[in-house]
Amino acid sequence: MNVLKEWIFTTDHKRVGILYLIGSLAAFAVAGIVAMLIRIEHTTIGPTITNNPHDYNVWLYFHGAAMILGFQIPVLTGYFANYCVPLMIGAKDVAFPRLNALSVWLFYAGIVLALATFVMPDPPDVLWTGYPPYSTITSGNTAFYTFTVLLIGFASILGGVNFLTTIAFMRAPGITWNKLNVFVWSIFAAFVLQLIFVPVLGSAVTLITFDKYLGTTFFDPTKGGDVLTYQNLFWFYSHPAVYVIFLPFIGIVYEILATFAKNRVFNYKMVVYGGFGGIVLLTGEVWVHHLYVSGMADWIRVGQMVTTLLISVPVGLVVIGLVGTLYKGAITFQTPMLYALGTLFLFLIGGLTGIPLAVASLTIHLSDTYYVVGHFHYVMAVAGTFAIFGGIYYYFPKMTGRMYNETVGKLGFWITFIGTNVVFWTMMDIGVKGMPRRYFDYAHFPQFEFAHQIMTVGALFIGLGFALAIFNWIHGALKGEKAPDNPWGSKSLEWTTATPPPSGNWKEIPKVAEDWHPYAYGNR
Amino acid sequence: MRVNCRVRVIVGAAAIGISMLAAVVAQAAEAVRDPARGWDRLWFEVIVDITILGLLFAAVAAYFLIRYRRRDPGQEGSAPRLSPAMAVGWAIIPAFVFIADDFFLAGNGWQLWNNYREVPANRIEIQLESGMYSWDYTYPNGVRAQNELRVPAGKAVLLRMTSRDTIHSHFIPDFRVKEDSMPGRVTYMWFYPRQPGEHVVTCAEYCGIMHSYMVGKVIVMPEAEFSAWYEQEAARFAQAK
Repeated sequence: MNVLKEWIFTTDHKRVGILYLIGSLAAFAVAGIVAMLIRIEHTTIGPTITNNPHDYNVWLYFHGAAMILGFQIPVLTGYFANYCVPLMIGAKDVAFPRLNALSVWLFYAGIVLALATFVMPDPPDVLWTGYPPYSTITSGNTAFYTFTVLLIGFASILGGVNFLTTIAFMRAPGITWNKLNVFVWSIFAAFVLQLIFVPVLGSAVTLITFDKYLGTTFFDPTKGGDVLTYQNLFWFYSHPAVYVIFLPFIGIVYEILATFAKNRVFNYKMVVYGGFGGIVLLTGEVWVHHLYVSGMADWIRVGQMVTTLLISVPVGLVVIGLVGTLYKGAITFQTPMLYALGTLFLFLIGGLTGIPLAVASLTIHLSDTYYVVGHFHYVMAVAGTFAIFGGIYYYFPKMTGRMYNETVGKLGFWITFIGTNVVFWTMMDIGVKGMPRRYFDYAHFPQFEFAHQIMTVGALFIGLGFALAIFNWIHGALKGEKAPDNPWGSKSLEWTTATPPPSGNWKEIPKVAEDWHPYAYGNR
Repeated sequence: MRVNCRVRVIVGAAAIGISMLAAVVAQAAEAVRDPARGWDRLWFEVIVDITILGLLFAAVAAYFLIRYRRRDPGQEGSAPRLSPAMAVGWAIIPAFVFIADDFFLAGNGWQLWNNYREVPANRIEIQLESGMYSWDYTYPNGVRAQNELRVPAGKAVLLRMTSRDTIHSHFIPDFRVKEDSMPGRVTYMWFYPRQPGEHVVTCAEYCGIMHSYMVGKVIVMPEAEFSAWYEQEAARFAQAK
């Protein structure tokens, strides 16, 4: 009982991080099971496991909202940021530990609201996008959607205030801006985006609730409103949200690649200032590519086609940095490294298949088809999740003080990797041929039935692989061998603490040498 | 043997030349530039572009992974520190390569975009009101149709669209075109049905519980057959009034 109380009221950044991890993995597990239901439903044309399209639409809502708002953003900016940032910059804790505790409580409240979807009488069925007019006339409970978004969004704003302050003011002496881990930079950039853009999402979802329950008419054209206003507000946040996910997950991949290649990060300043900086500058000017077929004015559609294509410049620099980090390395292939390389591969496919979608005239055909679904699962959903799983494996010894099973880890990786490519490659293929997304029944596209069956089998592989990984962690945390302080031989600061790190992290604030660098491998 | 080979080359080249000429002539003869054909062409170009980029990155990464495996325990990487000039070069040169490719794609995309948005003057203009869950078409002479859009072959079809409830999106995969319809705004799209045939119309914007059942078809008829149908329907509607 005391232990439970200690955890709930903790202000230790590592424990707050682990709470974030447990909550977001729970959301991931439920949303993953829902994804399996969605896939199984498509095994045959017409109803398969439910007769009611409404059930299917609720699954779509939950899968999207929980994976993005309940899993990816919190695990990256909640768990990884909390656990790693203070350790990487040599701080004893974050700047505002109690604000940090409040943020994780709000997050749990959001998760509970999201899970209520499965027990309440009229669950939300508005997808994770919540477009009016549908969201204002549906019998589903749109208010639950709004409050889930607001709670998790507010938790994230608190995190933003906390981490920007921590990174700016709590670095140990000698750790200058140019000696920060790439991951710390990625968190800094991600939270700058969250602080700028989350309020816009908050206002958008609040306005739908006002429209639906209080009789305002922001999005009702018969009374002077405009339905497109919502889509602009929503995507003004939700495109940057893609980078709130992308930046930290690619930051983790950098840490893993540098450690397992025992190599300096290739062209650090290009990655941080050109890559991350470029993304932060451009990301607010590209949201209209989600509205290419929504009836916006032509000038802004072609204008943002150009800005969207230009995003390839900073992202390309980030990928060059990743590949370059392997150059003249001393590479080994443990489980975290496999996941990191898997991320690189999936992100390469996902990023490049985004280029046709940036071209407005090609999107006239591709928009709202399975091509889009395949693309964003490659680029963000599974690439991100591979990085997250790799990162959890990477910090597992530090966090638990024990080792996981390497064979099970690798097996889980390969099963998921194969399943992922089977599902999402097939998805892009039938998308180009015209399969629209968000379809309960595809009776007028019978030619795609076999492809759907292949994808269902692939999805079961993905589920099995991820389940193996989670089983591996639980087993390792309870029964694994004792881990040394620095099992991977990393030069980065977080590995210099005891394992697991005690409250306060170090007895004294660590002092770094003049020529210290988190990636100072080799002789030169 | 050698002569035979040369003859084959000449015949082959001539065949290619003639077919290219025929294609050019056919295109010139056709007054309407069909965006669907432009789409297929640009799609192919972009796929070639991204495949080359992807293979390049993947090949370099794969080579590094094999070449720079750790040989003995305790070995560390030996990548040299980049000189300032190299560091700047490695940022600026790739950036300009990407920018050049982006502008190339943007230029082509923009051209096709104009093609999609500039409707030929010789066209049939039909009003579309979408609703949960049907497509309701109204022809210039007042003829109405639900979920079945009959059009003449060889003439551009312009749809002026709005919606009476939620947002829908009129998607015709065969013609590579869709555009949302929504309350309070009028949007448009056009397509060019060149030959008689049937094509699926499907809803591409989540519009409610029965979204996936919101389906219709475009029936492209020979010109004469269409005129006959059109007049007959007009008469029927006049009678009903």
